[in-house]
Amino acid sequence: MTSPASQTLGRSGGPKQSLRGKSSRGSILADRAATTVLWGTGVLVLAILGSIIAHFALAAWGVVSPGFILGDPSSSALGGILPVLWNSIYMLVLTMLIAVPVGVLGGIYMSEYAGDNAVTTAIRFAEEAISSVPSIVVGLFGLILFVDDAHWGFTALAGALALTFFNLPLMTRLSEQALRAVPQDERSASLALGATKWQTIRHVVLPLAIPGLITGVILTAGRVFGEAAVLLFTSGIGTPPHYNFANFDLTSPASPWSPFRPATTLSVYIYKLNSEGLGAFKNQIVDGSAAILIAMVLLFNLGARLVGRVLTRRLTAA
Amino acid sequence: MAQMTTATRLTGLRAAPGFRQRLDIPRRVVFLAAVSMVAIVVLLMGFIAWQGVQLFVKDGVGLGAIVSPTWNPLADGGPEFGFLPFITATVCVTGVALLISTPLSVGLALFLSEVAPNWAKAIVQPSLEIFVGIPSVVWGWLGLTVLVPFLASSFGGQIVISLPVVGTVFSAPGFLTGFSWLAGSLVLSIMVLPTITSVSYDAFRAVPQEIRTGSLALGTTRWQTIRHLLIPSALSGVLTAVVLGMTRAAGEALAVQMVIGNSPTMPAAITQPLTTLTSQITLDMGNTVFGEPWQDALWTMSLLLLVISISSVVLVRVINKRRMGS
Repeated sequence: MTSPASQTLGRSGGPKQSLRGKSSRGSILADRAATTVLWGTGVLVLAILGSIIAHFALAAWGVVSPGFILGDPSSSALGGILPVLWNSIYMLVLTMLIAVPVGVLGGIYMSEYAGDNAVTTAIRFAEEAISSVPSIVVGLFGLILFVDDAHWGFTALAGALALTFFNLPLMTRLSEQALRAVPQDERSASLALGATKWQTIRHVVLPLAIPGLITGVILTAGRVFGEAAVLLFTSGIGTPPHYNFANFDLTSPASPWSPFRPATTLSVYIYKLNSEGLGAFKNQIVDGSAAILIAMVLLFNLGARLVGRVLTRRLTAA
Repeated sequence: MAQMTTATRLTGLRAAPGFRQRLDIPRRVVFLAAVSMVAIVVLLMGFIAWQGVQLFVKDGVGLGAIVSPTWNPLADGGPEFGFLPFITATVCVTGVALLISTPLSVGLALFLSEVAPNWAKAIVQPSLEIFVGIPSVVWGWLGLTVLVPFLASSFGGQIVISLPVVGTVFSAPGFLTGFSWLAGSLVLSIMVLPTITSVSYDAFRAVPQEIRTGSLALGTTRWQTIRHLLIPSALSGVLTAVVLGMTRAAGEALAVQMVIGNSPTMPAAITQPLTTLTSQITLDMGNTVFGEPWQDALWTMSLLLLVISISSVVLVRVINKRRMGS
């Protein structure tokens, strides 16, 4: 009876006899059972993730090839995904071009200027509200605002703006966290040397926050890349035509560089094939596309970690 | 104002602020960026609310539609827009998803904060981040190609669970096709797992270390400490986590639409196909014309979703305020 008790207390080397007397054998058994169950949850999550990655690796075997990644949907029986992959990257860049500046500037306000007042409360509430609004509703908002009322039709720009709305709270919050992590002493030192508040932010706080900011950008990018519900009714759900990448005429709806054209992304394409596709190779195409999406997600994640680590080391060593 | 300027000048520390400094353009710019989110929320609520009430204002449908169980936009005797099947389905599918996910997620959060050695944390935490990153269409596709066929082939017939003395405790018709309430709930339970886990984890971490050491010093086991001290102290944080998970589950559209079977009926058995608010909007929005009553009904559904999500934000605030207060 005494030895299990001391085992449970382990390294802390507590009393040899439990204070709870009679019930201790039961409570020690319960403790062991609970520990086993809690370890089980950890193992289960790893097992699920491992089997998902293995599933898609197997499913994509024999499907994903250079021809699949760089081909048009109509190029062969299996088809390729180049136009939708291009659209995913295009939408990502377009969205981040808008969301990163606005998000970082908003983060600067929340970290450096915001006082404890009603306006700050309203901004915080808006931040939480947008984060909790279903993505499909944000997509519908984009549908009325840009597609219908502004008469843009289904366009890449409408999709990118809707994605910006959806991800702005995340970008702002991550920027705010990165900026808040900069020690207060750095600001005091800069201000004591006579720098203005903005000079301090611009030349002291922002550079020190860069690793955190970049991690924030990459995490947001990962979410933008996989999003589909926001885009269904804003950037469209058609099968993209063959893109002529030499067409740099931004006003032409046929140019893959133009923001005023429908742009079906990889995620939306998966949904589209699933909802209407009856082709012989539908399952293979979707498996291959899903595998590429997951690979990109892994890349974004690893990238965020790596960049954050390298930049932190470089900046702190300097 | 003028006096103050003179005073500052007299101290000699800083010259009177010039026009540009008083204007403080950087402050205005960053303020605009932050406050743009308020503008987005106000616009979004305004537009969705305006579109959402058209069904009642313009099309003359009675407010009773919200609790009517019949959905048939193409009925011969005029369209019938009853929202009850979608509302109950959303509640049921989300509820079962949370029943599955909450114990698992809270267990995982406890594992990470109380049990796991550093090497295990270093594996599980990044894995959870990858979970968050997997797009919803991929979850839906997995559900469609793995889970749905599995349910159909393994539990296709009548499902009866009997106990020796009590007799039949559960009986339900089997999964005909596999597209079902349960399939939707299972897919959602995995999708909300990282949300509930990370928020509960923060709540457990926020409990001061002294409480743990104090309790262990009294001779309690780790599990007794968790059960009698950690879980009660972190309860409001765990509740917040569950509400956030609920919001995410109720608002998820594509993954659910792919596995739930899309049948606008009242939920009766966990094996039957259903349609949630989100899945019906996803399915019908592309097939309807702007301004027709059918599409107005879909806007009303999105207004309902918006109301659900905004209420949950308020709910989380109330829960947290109580925690701060006590």
